[in-house]
Amino acid sequence: MTGLISEELLTNIGRQSKPQREIVTRRDIRKYAVATGNRQRKYLDGDVAPPMFHVPLFWDVVELDQLTPDGVSIDTLLPKFPLERAMAGGLDIEYLKPIRPGDWLTSVRTLTAIYEKAGRSGSLIFYEIVMDIRNDDEELVIREKTTRILR
Amino acid sequence: MNPAPEVGVVLPERQYTPDNVQLMLYNAALWNGHRIHFDLPYATEVEGYPGLVLAGPMLGDWLHQLVDEWLGDAGMITSVSYSNRGATYVGETLTATATITTFDAASGALEIDVAICNEAGESVAPGTIGAQMFMVSD
Repeated sequence: MTGLISEELLTNIGRQSKPQREIVTRRDIRKYAVATGNRQRKYLDGDVAPPMFHVPLFWDVVELDQLTPDGVSIDTLLPKFPLERAMAGGLDIEYLKPIRPGDWLTSVRTLTAIYEKAGRSGSLIFYEIVMDIRNDDEELVIREKTTRILR
Repeated sequence: MNPAPEVGVVLPERQYTPDNVQLMLYNAALWNGHRIHFDLPYATEVEGYPGLVLAGPMLGDWLHQLVDEWLGDAGMITSVSYSNRGATYVGETLTATATITTFDAASGALEIDVAICNEAGESVAPGTIGAQMFMVSD
């Protein structure tokens, strides 16, 4: 470790969000399918959700005064990092069960990793958040890992 | 399923030229208020972008669409791994591409290299999609 990441910062690993429970509606599926330019009738009609529908379903809904001036909601799961400029990140998603209108889904997000790497122009901090989405039978429907890079 | 699954097979490409309306509807569907996606003076004058920035996960969605259309009812996407490597803007035409890299005929498992490329041919969202063909048992 080259020193950007303190022991105290590492104690945040394992932090979990409160469970968020949402209902899947045909209307929301249709809106998402249209907005993404999807061409398949089963999605445009909202019979079943396309891949990545969990992205709009679990996007944080916060009140206006909680948005930053550039319109972003602050992720309360994250600690204050010594680097702040976010670079492109990555997504790893496992799809385990289909999602249909009427499904109640619950997501829990966990901060699972914080680490440092040397970049071309200095140190970079990486963090990972895993979101588990389960149905009311406690079955895992989607597991998504987000990796973000700060410089 | 056309073309038939085989290593090296390139799936039909698709081009996307999203406009302001599509970008607005996408971010509205998410409830994403980030100004760089709809406030042109802010995006250009404050953030220094050449235009309105396309939302990264929208490109991620397009990676899925190409494979999902090809699979149809013959299989399903089981995983994706991708990253956003560069910003893209309203007015650009982006091309989604996919090439089958592994296919296990016995299990029906597939791996497919996917990418979104800009007009300069740079891959701005490379990734891999895992898929599973539904096996007919008798």
